[in-house]
Amino acid sequence: MAIEKNLHVPKTIKLFINGEFPRTESGRHISLYEHGSQKVFAHVCRASRKDLRNAVAASLAARGEWEKRSAYNRAQILYRMAEMAEGHREEMVSLLTKINAASAGDANQSVDAAIEAFVYYAGFADKFSQVSGCVNPVSGPHHAFTTPEPVGCVAAIFDDNIESILALPIVAATLASVIASGNVVTALLPSNVSAQLAPLAEIFATSDLPKGVVNLLTGHQSELLDHLASHMEVQSICYVGSDRTTQEKLKTLGAENMKRVICFAPDANPTSLDRLAGFVEFKTVWHPIGH
Amino acid sequence: MTTKRALDKKSKAQAAKIAPVEKLPKQAKTGAMKFEYAPSLESTDIVRIEKRNRLFIGGKFIEPSSEAYFTSMNPATGERLADIAEAGDADVDLAVRTARKTYENVWSKMSGRERGRYLFRIARLIQERSRELAVLETLDNGKPIRESRDVDVPLVAAHFFYHAGWADKLNYAFPGQNVSPLGVVGQIIPWNFPLLMAAWKIAPALACGNTVVLKPAETTSLSALLLAQVFQDAGLPDGVVNIVTGAGATGAALVNHPDVDKIAFTGSTDVGKIIARAVAGTKKRLTLELGGKSAHIIFEDAALDQALEGVINGIYFNQGHVCCAGSRLLLEESIAEEFVAKLKKRVAKLRVGNPLDKNTDIGAINSAGELKKIKKLIQLGKDEGGEFFEPTCAIPDKGFYQRPCFFSNVSSSFTLSRVEIFGPVLAVSTFRTSQEAVLKANDTPYGLAAGIWSEKGAKIHKVAGQLKAGVIWANTYNKFDPSAPFGGYNESGWGREGGRHGLSAYLDVR
Repeated sequence: MAIEKNLHVPKTIKLFINGEFPRTESGRHISLYEHGSQKVFAHVCRASRKDLRNAVAASLAARGEWEKRSAYNRAQILYRMAEMAEGHREEMVSLLTKINAASAGDANQSVDAAIEAFVYYAGFADKFSQVSGCVNPVSGPHHAFTTPEPVGCVAAIFDDNIESILALPIVAATLASVIASGNVVTALLPSNVSAQLAPLAEIFATSDLPKGVVNLLTGHQSELLDHLASHMEVQSICYVGSDRTTQEKLKTLGAENMKRVICFAPDANPTSLDRLAGFVEFKTVWHPIGH
Repeated sequence: MTTKRALDKKSKAQAAKIAPVEKLPKQAKTGAMKFEYAPSLESTDIVRIEKRNRLFIGGKFIEPSSEAYFTSMNPATGERLADIAEAGDADVDLAVRTARKTYENVWSKMSGRERGRYLFRIARLIQERSRELAVLETLDNGKPIRESRDVDVPLVAAHFFYHAGWADKLNYAFPGQNVSPLGVVGQIIPWNFPLLMAAWKIAPALACGNTVVLKPAETTSLSALLLAQVFQDAGLPDGVVNIVTGAGATGAALVNHPDVDKIAFTGSTDVGKIIARAVAGTKKRLTLELGGKSAHIIFEDAALDQALEGVINGIYFNQGHVCCAGSRLLLEESIAEEFVAKLKKRVAKLRVGNPLDKNTDIGAINSAGELKKIKKLIQLGKDEGGEFFEPTCAIPDKGFYQRPCFFSNVSSSFTLSRVEIFGPVLAVSTFRTSQEAVLKANDTPYGLAAGIWSEKGAKIHKVAGQLKAGVIWANTYNKFDPSAPFGGYNESGWGREGGRHGLSAYLDVR
C-alpha cells in the first residue's frame, strides 16, 4: 500500500563530532524554512560551547593518526570524498533549491564546484610538499632540508552572508585543503547552508576518513566565535569572509596562544596552493655529512 | 703488496697518533699537569666609539627631537660605553616618512639587479670591516670575541651576500605567482645577536624591495649604527634603511605607526603577543620570531662524546642567550648517569670571563636585569627540588657573569622546564622510550627547535617527524645558514627567516 507523499521520512540533521552524529548537548535547535514559506523544512542543532570543545577534543585525538598517514593515502581518501559527494548530489542540490531558492542549474554548478575542490586537493595532497619544500644549500658539511608539515588543529569559520551557491564549494574547498596536508579541523558551517551538514557529514563518514579528522557544527557564530578564538589547543583559524571586526577579534583573542589566523575573501580562488600553504609549518632538519 | 704496505703505514701512523694520548692520563693522575691559559686579549684599538650616538634617518646621523639620550654599558665591566639617542614619537614618525618617501621615489623604482648590487657591496664591506664589527659587538653585548668573530659577523656578511642574489630573481622564488614588495617595514630586534638579527631582518627586506625602519635593542645599539656607516660607504640611497634607537616606547611607536606596512619582530613571546594584539585591527603584516624551550634528546645509541659537545654548544653558546637554545636535555635512562657525569666534567672546563679574551667560552650576561632574572630562576629551580650543579671557577669581580650550570632530576612540571631562562642554565630529565622523549619534547607551548642524537638514521627521521619544532638539528646543534629557513611552531612565532621561505615575509605573493 502506497504511503502518501507528505509522509516521507525527513532527515534529522545533527552535528558531526568524532565520526558520530550527536545532537547538541544543549538540546537547542535552529529552524530552517523552505524558501518563501513559513513551513519548517528541518531543524539543525544550535551547537554550544561544550559541543565546540568536544569537537576540538575529537580532532586533537585524531591528529597523530591523520598526520602519520602517507600523502598518497590522504589523497586517496580525498578522492573518495569526491566520489561520495557525487552520490549525494541530489540531496545537496535539493537543499540549495528548497532552502536557498537556487535554480537547479546554479545548484548543480555549486555541487560541481564542491566536488572539484575534493578532486583538486586529492591531487595536491602528495605534491605540495615538493612544490613548497626544498633542500637548502648550506655552507658546511650538512644536509639541510625544509618540508611543510601540518600546523595541527584548525578551526574554520565562514561569514554567514556568503552567497549560498558559493558557500557550499567554499566549505568543501576549505575542509579539503586543510586536511590534505594532515591537519584536523572543526568547522562551524555558514548559517545559510547549515543543512548541508547532513550530506557533508555523510560524505566524510563514508570516505575512510579517520573519525575526528573533520568535525562539523551548526549554530550561531556570534555565540561561538570568542570561545573558538581563545581555545588554547587550536593552533590556527581559517576565516572566510570580509568582516574586519570579526578578523580583529579572532586575531586579538587568538594572540593568547599565537594562533595563525588565516583569512580568505569569499571570492578568493577556492582551488589554489594558498589554501594549503596557509596551514602548514615549515620544518628544517639538519644532519651532518661526514665519513 | 701495495695495499698491504699502505695498510702497514696507516696502522703505524695510527699507533704514533695514539701513543702520546696513552701517556697523558698517567701524568694527569700525578696532578702535575695543570695548565693555566695565559690571557689572550683582543685589542679594542680598531674600534672608535662615539660618546653620543645619534639616530640614523635619511642617510644622516641626526639629533633626536626628544633630545633624550640613554646610557649603554659594557656588560663585561658594568662601565658606561656610550650614550645613545632615544627616539621619540616624532623621530619614529620622521623615520617612517623618510622610508615611505624613499620607497616611493627611489627604491621601488629601482631594478632588482641594481638593488642586488648594493647588497653585494654591503656584504663585502662587512667582510672588510669584520674585525671592527666583531670587537664592537663583543664590547656592547658581552659575547665572547671567539663567537662574534667566528659566528656572528661571518653570518652577517653571508646573509647580505645570499639575499643580494635574490633581488633580481624573485620571480623564480614563487613560480606561477606574482610578487611585489610590501612597502615600509618596521623591524624590532633583540640584544642577543644584535648585528646578526639586523642582517636577518634588513637583507631580505631590501632584496624584496622594501624600505626599512629598524629599532635595535636598547642595550645593544652600537653595532647597528656601525652597520649604518657601512650602508653609507656602500652608497645605499639615503632613507632606504633608517635606524631609530630606544627602548620599548620607541618600539611601540613603530608598531603603532599607521604608515608602516609590515612589522617584523624578534624577541620574547610576551612582547610578541602584545604586538600581535596591537596590529590585529590593522592591515599590517606581521612575522614573529619568539621564545623557545627547545629539547635536546640523547638516545643511548648516540655517539656520546659528540653529543656532549652538542649539548654544551646547545645551551652555553652565547651565554644561553639564544631563542633556540637546547635548554631541556632529555637523556635516555640507560645512559643518564654516565652522561650527567660527563656533563659535570665538561661544564667545569668551560672558561668564564672577559669576553675579549680569545680563550673565553662564556662571556658576560648582557645586562644587570637579565642576570637578576637568571639568578631568580636558578633559585626557583633549587626551591622546586632540582639537583643543582655549578662549577667553582672564578669569575671577574666587575660586570655581569653567570657560571654555566645545570639541574638534573628535573620534572616537566618544574618552572625550569617550562619557562625560557635565556641564560646558561640547563634542565636535565630522562626518558625510557622514544615515544616518551617526543611527548616530553613537545610538552611546551613553544616549538622553535630540537636536537636529536642517535647513530640510527631511521630513528632520527622518525623522531624528527614527530617533534613539533621548526628547526631540528640531528647529531648537531645551533647551525645557522642564510639559505636555511628558521622559525617556530606554536608560541615560538609566525613565519620563517632565511631561505626561499623567508622571502615571503617581505613580499606580497599572489
